Amino acid sequence: MSDITTQVDDTIDTIEELTRGAFDLNWNRVLRFGNLLGLALVFIALSGMPVGLDEREIVDGVISLGYLALLTFPPILGWTVGKEIVLEGMSATKRGARDVVAGAFVGALGGLWMSILVLLVDNFNLRDPLVNWSPALLTLMTFSRSTGFGLVSWIILPGVLGAAGASLHLLTPRLRRAVMAMVLTVISVSIFQSLIDDLVGGIGESIADPGRLSEFFGEGDTPRPRVDSVFDGLIDFIYAQRGGLTVAGAIALALVAGALSLAGRGRIAKAKASYNAKTGPERTRQTAIMIAVSTVLLIVLPFFTGRITQDLLANVGIFLLLALGLNIVVGLAGILDLGYVAFFAVGSYSIAILTVTDPPKSWPDWLPTLDGQFGWLLALLITVVIAGVVGLFIGAPVIRMRGDYLAIVTLGFGEIIRILLLSDWLGGYFNAAQGITNIPGADFGPLGEAKGINPRSIFYLVLVFAAISIYVSWRLEHSRLGRAWMAVREDESVAEAMGINTVNVKLMAFVVGAVLASFAGAVVSAKVGSVFPTSFLILVSIIILVVVIVGGMGNILGVLAGSFVLIGVLGGPRQPGLLAEFSEYKLLIYGALLVWMMLQRPEGLIPNVRRSRELHQDEFLQDAWLKGEVDPDDDHEGPATEVAPA
Amino acid sequence: MTTAVRTRGSQRTGIDWFLTFIRVVLLSVVVFGLFAFVWQQFDNQNPLASRINPDATGLTADQFKGLLVTGLSQGAMYGLIALGYSMVYGVLGFINFAHGEVFMLGAFSGFITSTQLDAAGWWEDYFLASVFFSVVVAILVSTTAAVVMEKVAYRPLRGSPRLIPLITSIGVSFFIQNAVIVLFGPGAKSYPRLPEWLTDRYSILTFEIEGTKILVLVAAAVSMGSLWFFVERTKTGKAMRAVAEDREIAALMGIDVNKTIVTTFAVGGAMAGVAGILWGLLFKSVIATTGFLPGIKAFTAAVVGGVGNLGGAMAGGVSLGSAEALAPLVLLEPLGVNGVSQLRDAVAFTLLVLVLLIKPTGLFGEKLSGDDRA
Repeated sequence: MSDITTQVDDTIDTIEELTRGAFDLNWNRVLRFGNLLGLALVFIALSGMPVGLDEREIVDGVISLGYLALLTFPPILGWTVGKEIVLEGMSATKRGARDVVAGAFVGALGGLWMSILVLLVDNFNLRDPLVNWSPALLTLMTFSRSTGFGLVSWIILPGVLGAAGASLHLLTPRLRRAVMAMVLTVISVSIFQSLIDDLVGGIGESIADPGRLSEFFGEGDTPRPRVDSVFDGLIDFIYAQRGGLTVAGAIALALVAGALSLAGRGRIAKAKASYNAKTGPERTRQTAIMIAVSTVLLIVLPFFTGRITQDLLANVGIFLLLALGLNIVVGLAGILDLGYVAFFAVGSYSIAILTVTDPPKSWPDWLPTLDGQFGWLLALLITVVIAGVVGLFIGAPVIRMRGDYLAIVTLGFGEIIRILLLSDWLGGYFNAAQGITNIPGADFGPLGEAKGINPRSIFYLVLVFAAISIYVSWRLEHSRLGRAWMAVREDESVAEAMGINTVNVKLMAFVVGAVLASFAGAVVSAKVGSVFPTSFLILVSIIILVVVIVGGMGNILGVLAGSFVLIGVLGGPRQPGLLAEFSEYKLLIYGALLVWMMLQRPEGLIPNVRRSRELHQDEFLQDAWLKGEVDPDDDHEGPATEVAPA
Repeated sequence: MTTAVRTRGSQRTGIDWFLTFIRVVLLSVVVFGLFAFVWQQFDNQNPLASRINPDATGLTADQFKGLLVTGLSQGAMYGLIALGYSMVYGVLGFINFAHGEVFMLGAFSGFITSTQLDAAGWWEDYFLASVFFSVVVAILVSTTAAVVMEKVAYRPLRGSPRLIPLITSIGVSFFIQNAVIVLFGPGAKSYPRLPEWLTDRYSILTFEIEGTKILVLVAAAVSMGSLWFFVERTKTGKAMRAVAEDREIAALMGIDVNKTIVTTFAVGGAMAGVAGILWGLLFKSVIATTGFLPGIKAFTAAVVGGVGNLGGAMAGGVSLGSAEALAPLVLLEPLGVNGVSQLRDAVAFTLLVLVLLIKPTGLFGEKLSGDDRA
């Protein structure tokens, strides 16, 4: 992709640019974007997000998360309204005051909607259907001043912000990157406050008192005495007393980020390019070094962090396991399994029943009595086998169905399994709604036991399973089976003609996905110590799907990024993320993200090369054709740049 | 995404045997359950019943009729929702997963209008006019929702790989559901009280039927009739059928394909809106997740009746509704399954699997354009 975009950028400079007057706007587009902005702002205001999130400061005394939720939109839409698709051979319009004016108009028009909302909230009471129609909302929207002040400022403020967003078009790409780095650094350092505070504090304490580290090899659950961290001064400078950044800290961070971005001059991109350009043993060596470094970092990480961070990372890891499994089913084999949570449930329940010391009340006589006689590892082995068999049983009936029917039927299976676990009929086996409690932790004999009260042990358990799953996914992707999956995904008939047994290959995807999900189930049982049918709603399947799609279908790195960003920041279906305040709105955001990603970037944040080429095939062909590299009638192989120029 | 169709006489693989095994097991459960039920009706102390279901009582005729009527009226609603799935699938070849949410929006707007009317005192005084007004509002809201959905989320994706619009529609569904939760709160919303003549029972052909259920059945029949007239007898309906048959040829014949697709979404949305109001009148409450299960079941109904086939969708809905109401007590209880009412949803999904395994084109046959047939 990148080589093609640069190609287009080069042509912009060589073609004579058009200059247009400052008010010679595409008014239709401005109106559309302005109204879109207005709708978004009004919706967010009425969703209760600003009021609910107002408690959390981003920069103390300047902006809270609530206002940020509203005010991020004007600059973004102000920027987008000026975006132009420059076609090859067409002239680009010269950037100028015109863009800023358009951005300002978009912002002001959107703000006008908010002004009208301010008036309405002030004069009418619609609290009956709209639960967030409250005096608190009015106070927030008028910035705790008079209504008139709110009215005027809601036109001026978004207008200015829209213009600011649009004026990014005027900057050189390098400066633009620097500005983006400044804004994003300030926001993310503030959002990651608890994590950074915990981690930096932990490292600082260990430097101040290195003897502390040796204690950690003993029992992990003893609370550590507080020692003055060497970084206390820094933390106090950046973060305010009641949360959020201090103004001075925010300015300092922005300056550092901007300076680093300017000094960096795209070094990251260069390093990436040089890594990608390498082949053979050298590349293997570099990959090995990177993996080794990140493994060591992850192993030592829990020594410096508190329980909450370890718990958070464990949750991320559990969803990573699930997402890796779904990535094989959806990303590699192209089967949309919406009932993926069923395998998670099967894994959790199997290991719970096999390890629990007091089995369900009416455990039938004809089954062997269970009193936890299996060790955890043996139980895990049996669980994996059960999950694989369930994968076969669910996969077999659906495997020949059309892709979209398959999605709904698997969703049905997911519900059937949950209903059965919840039913009184099978209550003797699964305890119905009471669930299974008092599940012992994962016992590894001399290596110790991983259980919920010791988050560090759970962290390592998750780490081991994640490492296994990543390795398995990676090896499978580059195996004969992995290539067969991708062939089936891209064209089933052709794959079959090439001699692939499509049915077996798809069934294998189901089984492998089920096994990876059962790992997650086993870890969750050990971590939480109880399983309930209500933890396995369809919602979970959909959230895992969002993680896979946002990260990048078919790409392990993408799935990693997706789980860290989404589960880590927003949180899982029940697990809080770093933005615990968002818990009420996270599902809304997940839905919006899913739609937005499918429309704008279906290949995900970190795309799989082959998959994205498949999704943008037309564009690739067009670009190659424009450069005279391929015959339009000829389906070309490989990216356009690999073809020798004509 | 064409699936390989195994031709007669080709090698049977392990999976075929397995599928046959599943078909046989499912069918024999049905047959055996029916047999046990019939025997139990004649003699509830028969050897079979006393072995697997000792406290069998059987069903009285009134209970059976009651279940049937409940099933039929719910099924009529599934049918109305299924029409939207079926038409969109016929025209665009993709499952609009968010159609259940369109239905929910209809029910929700009905709740808002009816409570506002109730507050003004009109709900009791001019009940019929109020219901009519609520229906109009619900139809407007649902239609708008469906059309906006098409324009914003699905039109840009036309021509992309098949699963992309499906995944998008899952996102749309998720978004609408949660948007309603954050805007209107997560709790259940109750419709205002219905007048007594509607909640009374009436005796028709020995069936004791509640007024609301009669209303649901009549309204569903009227809507279905007008839809039939629209699709079969008007010019727009003809265009819709043509686009469903072959989009490109229809475009060559001078049909505005985009407009026709929007009409399809709008008509489907209107039907879902009617179903939403009926749902509200029948169950008297609505929450943000109301659309999810009925949506999936309506899709099941569409598949049972044959996707793209409008009469089939309605028939599928009615059969699904009655199967769901009757099967737990008729098939499962005689087999000694306890707590059968919890298994209703599982029965609906099993029916979906059963139909797809035994007759994938549905009971009344699919009507799809060439590309989508499989």
